[in-house]
Amino acid sequence: MTDLSHLRVDFPILHQQVHGEPLVYFDNAASSQKPRQVIAELTRYYELDNANVHRGLYELSNRATDSFEAARKKVACFIGAGSADEVIFTRGTTESINLVAQVWAAQFLKAGDVILYTGMEHHSNLVPWQLAARRTGAVLKHIPVLDDGTLDLTLLDLLLTEQAKLFACVHVSNSLGTINPVRELCAKARALGVTTLIDGAQAAGHLPVNVRDIGCDFYAFSGHKMCAPTGIGVLYGKAEVLAKMEPWHGGGEMIESVTLEASTYKAAPHRFEAGTPDIAGVIGLGAAIDYLESVGIEKIHQHGQELTAYAMQCLAELPGIRLLGPQGDRASLAAFALACAHPHDLVEFANTHGLALRGGHHCTQPLMKRFKVPGTSRASFYFYNTAAEVDRMMDILHRAVTFFS
Amino acid sequence: MALSDDLRDLYQQVILDHSKSPRNHGQLTDCVHVHGDNPTCGDEIDMYVKFNDEGGIADIKFDGQGCAISQASASMMTIKVKGSRRDKAMAMLKDFRSVVTGEGSVQDEDALGELILLEGVQKFPQRVKCAMLGWRALEQAMQESAKES
Repeated sequence: MTDLSHLRVDFPILHQQVHGEPLVYFDNAASSQKPRQVIAELTRYYELDNANVHRGLYELSNRATDSFEAARKKVACFIGAGSADEVIFTRGTTESINLVAQVWAAQFLKAGDVILYTGMEHHSNLVPWQLAARRTGAVLKHIPVLDDGTLDLTLLDLLLTEQAKLFACVHVSNSLGTINPVRELCAKARALGVTTLIDGAQAAGHLPVNVRDIGCDFYAFSGHKMCAPTGIGVLYGKAEVLAKMEPWHGGGEMIESVTLEASTYKAAPHRFEAGTPDIAGVIGLGAAIDYLESVGIEKIHQHGQELTAYAMQCLAELPGIRLLGPQGDRASLAAFALACAHPHDLVEFANTHGLALRGGHHCTQPLMKRFKVPGTSRASFYFYNTAAEVDRMMDILHRAVTFFS
Repeated sequence: MALSDDLRDLYQQVILDHSKSPRNHGQLTDCVHVHGDNPTCGDEIDMYVKFNDEGGIADIKFDGQGCAISQASASMMTIKVKGSRRDKAMAMLKDFRSVVTGEGSVQDEDALGELILLEGVQKFPQRVKCAMLGWRALEQAMQESAKES
């Protein structure tokens, strides 16, 4: 198995006892831990370069602006964007999707148009479209999920038609671990003139992402799930799509000139970045990308797949377990339901042994309903997790089964 | 006290027994029906309450899905409030809230009986909403019946 345990030394938080036992952090799909390199870069920025960007004509502001825009270039390279101008900084995936569901939807959706999404979307890729549909009169449709946790693509020709104006799809499911064939889906959408948005919250930083290869119009992701600070995220938008879009928030930074009557606006990406941005967050995201690239995304992906395969194999031996999601190719998480214990009880038990699992509906209530479970327990991994930690999880889960049976 | 002891307190045998075999489980017809949920965790409860002419609780059943704490609390509650006068049920609700939050004083501990065992929830503040799920549904049912009469 790919061993990246030598990198654990970079993560100070991992080396602590929780309730008297070594911490095992298996809630990476919710948020990842941060390496000291990223934390150090934040400190360096605040101690040496802190100033507002794009407006000061003095040394500190120039430095802050340079680091800020350098991070934008790093993001563009990281996701294979055509240009740094296609990278908009947001607070995270949720805000990125809302930007599109407000600005783009208001301009380009009309009553009767179809918004197509899937049955495995996170609430953040459902609710913004439901709000958009309410405002525009557009109609919502979804691609159902099969028992094995993959999309029912036999219905694709029926659902993805020219009536669909927007197709929103999660790259990697946070509840099932499914990796969706986004490249094929976007190709089909593109052929029909359907605009596409991919929710990459669980994919970026976990597996290689190339937006031009995927062929999507928009790609949204969060920094905090890939070693960057909380509060910073990205919306990638194809240049020609962004060029047609009206501004979102109005304010400083996004204008060319302002009179008391009217204003003119900058081009993307600054058009969509009103106000002082999360400068430290952006610089931290740049440092996180440097870190991940020094490890190697391919290696991170391979480690995740191997560790997950091992965890799935161990979990399958637990009495009364039901594993959700595809058996084969999948992302680095394992979701399950145990007959003897509700997820909250199980997660509470795990916590007393220093094991951080997630239990509940994972912000995918329609999916829980689809699989007829009140919620699931989820162990989600990142490259600093080890097979030994999976063994510890299994030991704790076996004890939980005894406790609750 | 070590956390593992707190955990054993939280999940005492009586509580686990109620969660696995909830009493007064099912539905009633011609009654006040309230659906309650904890949106953050997805726990759901349906409470069916029949009131007598004086507003007392003549019969009560519940179903739904949730963690051991929410299910056990609702099960034990139905046993205790069934046949209670309205003011008595309200007093138990207030006392039970004090038991699980540790805030305020319990006026009539005897009336709560084995519900006192849920005291262990105090050490797990994020589980208070689980323990209160059924009670909040009952409270709402009592409010609705008061409005109707």
